[in-house]
Amino acid sequence: MGTLYIPIKALFENLGLSVVIPPPPSKRTLALGGRYAPEFACLPMKLNIGNYLEALEAGAEVIIMGGGTGPCRFGYYAQVQNEILKDLGYQFEMIVLEPPQGHVLELYRKIRELVGSLSLRDLKYAIQLAWDKVLAIDRLQVEVHRLAGREVERGRVNREFEAGLGAIDRANSFAAIRQAAEESLLKLKAVKVRPPAQKPLRVGIIGEIYMVLEPFANLEVEKHLAEMGVEVVRKIFLGEWVRDHLFLNPFRLGRERARLLKLARPYLGHFVGGHGLETIANTVEMAGEGVDGVIQIAPFTCMPEIVAESILPRVSQDHGIPSLTLYLDEQSGEAGLLTRLEAFVDLLRRRNLAPLNANLHRAPIDRQFH
Amino acid sequence: MPHKVGIPRALVYYNYFPWWRGFFEALEAEVVVSGETTKQTLDHGVRLAVDEACLPVKVFFGHVLELSRQKVDFIFVPRIVSVERKAFICPKFMGLPDMVRNAIPDLPSLIDVTVDLRHRPKRRLWKAARQVGRQLGASPFRVIRAVFGAQKRQRVFQDLLVKQLTPPEALAAMEGKSRPEGSGKALSGKAAENRDNWLPQEYPGAKRLKVAVLGHSYNIYDQLASQNVIRRLREMGVQVVTADMLPAPLIRAGNQKLAKPLFWTFGKKIAGAAFHWLGNGGVDGIVHLVSFGCGPDSMVGELVQREAWRGKTTPFMLLTLDEHTGESGIVTRLEAFVDMLRHRMSLKEKGHPGEQGNPGGEDKPLQKGGV
Repeated sequence: MGTLYIPIKALFENLGLSVVIPPPPSKRTLALGGRYAPEFACLPMKLNIGNYLEALEAGAEVIIMGGGTGPCRFGYYAQVQNEILKDLGYQFEMIVLEPPQGHVLELYRKIRELVGSLSLRDLKYAIQLAWDKVLAIDRLQVEVHRLAGREVERGRVNREFEAGLGAIDRANSFAAIRQAAEESLLKLKAVKVRPPAQKPLRVGIIGEIYMVLEPFANLEVEKHLAEMGVEVVRKIFLGEWVRDHLFLNPFRLGRERARLLKLARPYLGHFVGGHGLETIANTVEMAGEGVDGVIQIAPFTCMPEIVAESILPRVSQDHGIPSLTLYLDEQSGEAGLLTRLEAFVDLLRRRNLAPLNANLHRAPIDRQFH
Repeated sequence: MPHKVGIPRALVYYNYFPWWRGFFEALEAEVVVSGETTKQTLDHGVRLAVDEACLPVKVFFGHVLELSRQKVDFIFVPRIVSVERKAFICPKFMGLPDMVRNAIPDLPSLIDVTVDLRHRPKRRLWKAARQVGRQLGASPFRVIRAVFGAQKRQRVFQDLLVKQLTPPEALAAMEGKSRPEGSGKALSGKAAENRDNWLPQEYPGAKRLKVAVLGHSYNIYDQLASQNVIRRLREMGVQVVTADMLPAPLIRAGNQKLAKPLFWTFGKKIAGAAFHWLGNGGVDGIVHLVSFGCGPDSMVGELVQREAWRGKTTPFMLLTLDEHTGESGIVTRLEAFVDMLRHRMSLKEKGHPGEQGNPGGEDKPLQKGGV
């Protein structure tokens, strides 16, 4: 999932395991996943299976996977994937970290089975190191979003970002991570950008987390937007996800959910699994922050996002923030995506150019038929 | 003037209608049920819902629209989060009232009570009932009586299901026997017609095929959504069983096969029933109906299908339904499936050695291979 492999690799290597990093998702990954995954499974699962197949080909023996309690399908993916891969004749062990017990101690127990001996202090060190990497990556990511839309030399920001990720990946102590992050940040800030006087268009990315974080899955939507001179705004980051799902601090989780519910209240009165509630709440929040438009990215057949999509037009209407919903699967092509992105960005530009006609332009699209 | 409460004949109508009806009628509300699903219901639903919504949700929207045009005072669109411990229904049920409200204009008031029975189910159920009672202006005492009455009706309904009746048949049977006076106009015509033939009929032929129809109740019992699969199979002389006809302990036992319990109520029912039948060979074949893009079924169906392949004894067919499903396509496949089952049965009677083979003809669900 995006850059998650960097901290996870650091975590397990520091625990004494050797980590097989599958090649970055490619057309082949997708083809493998699409072939063996259930037809209506969502794109993240298909990519997941493709990743596992490629990792098993590269000699992996153990697969570690998160679990869940629903209603999103993700919570059952590990079990179905296990069946699929076993039916294909692969020999491996699958470790599933289930949420209520799947916290740090469960991980500790499972890892100790694998490596023999492990002190709690080593575990704590490994987790903290991985966590630092997560935070460092997120810091770079925010900066990339801010700058990429205004860069003078096209693609420069992303190249610096890649270099920064590599440095963070190689760093193996707290000091080294901090240094790598600081240096990369300086390099990013040194990239030549157009003056902020030309206020760039700001577009929010909302939707399902895997699709938002994995550039291969979302057909590099952030890069395309940057090339159109758009600044990307995002509320979903790696750090949030790791904090909420792996550390499981119930108090924080409850507070966060209450905050989201409050934002989404008039439109969606209940959590619906996955990131459906976040999609609605983040749109409301972004509208308040003056973001020009939002793009919802979801895998085809994603249940929570379908609920959110049904409600999004009303939010969009009430808060005057245009929205575009993109469902992606293994059939999606980049050209189709580009056309829609360009049309959407054009619409936002025009809307900003004609403040006098604001009412006209902000008129809701009438979806009713009678 | 009693309130008119509209109940869409869609989604969990086929599971909980007796409860709802008993409850609302005891609160002196008049219950209006939308008609059977028609092409028009579906067309309306398709236009109202987002494209990605599944067939049953689109059907539901069509029913809600029909009720909203019938001048009812309330439409019952509960937010059913969960009906048992550690299981949900589906994310779409959790956002259903919000989806309906944002898609259909000029709605009457919705009764959108949240039903979440994951923890302290009894207390939560009473709370939900009290909430609905308040909305209808009924006294707490009356609510208590209504809940007990509703539960009694639901038990009668469940007993009829175990006697091999499908939910629509069971509802018609209850209707014929105990129709309260002065209400339920929407059902009265149907009831009279169904009273005499609600029991499954015997078909000629020495040995009857027994086929299990798996799927979410709102798909397999909706005559339009399912393209009448159950009736068509019966017309071919096949005895049809569904997961609703299995007693709960058997389904629970079937679910023991899973590495991790499923967290969707319908998924549990489907998987449990399928594993039960695959385990004891109690049926000659299984037909699984899924709606296009159904989230839970993409997982549950995969597990069931793999189990069927591995067992190599019970033929299994998957039919995907959506708003474009044509009648003839379904009929062709059903006929081919039943013909194949008959052929197998005749081979079995002759003691043909080929009978032990894999019905699918494949060795493994999917062979390992490069792309």
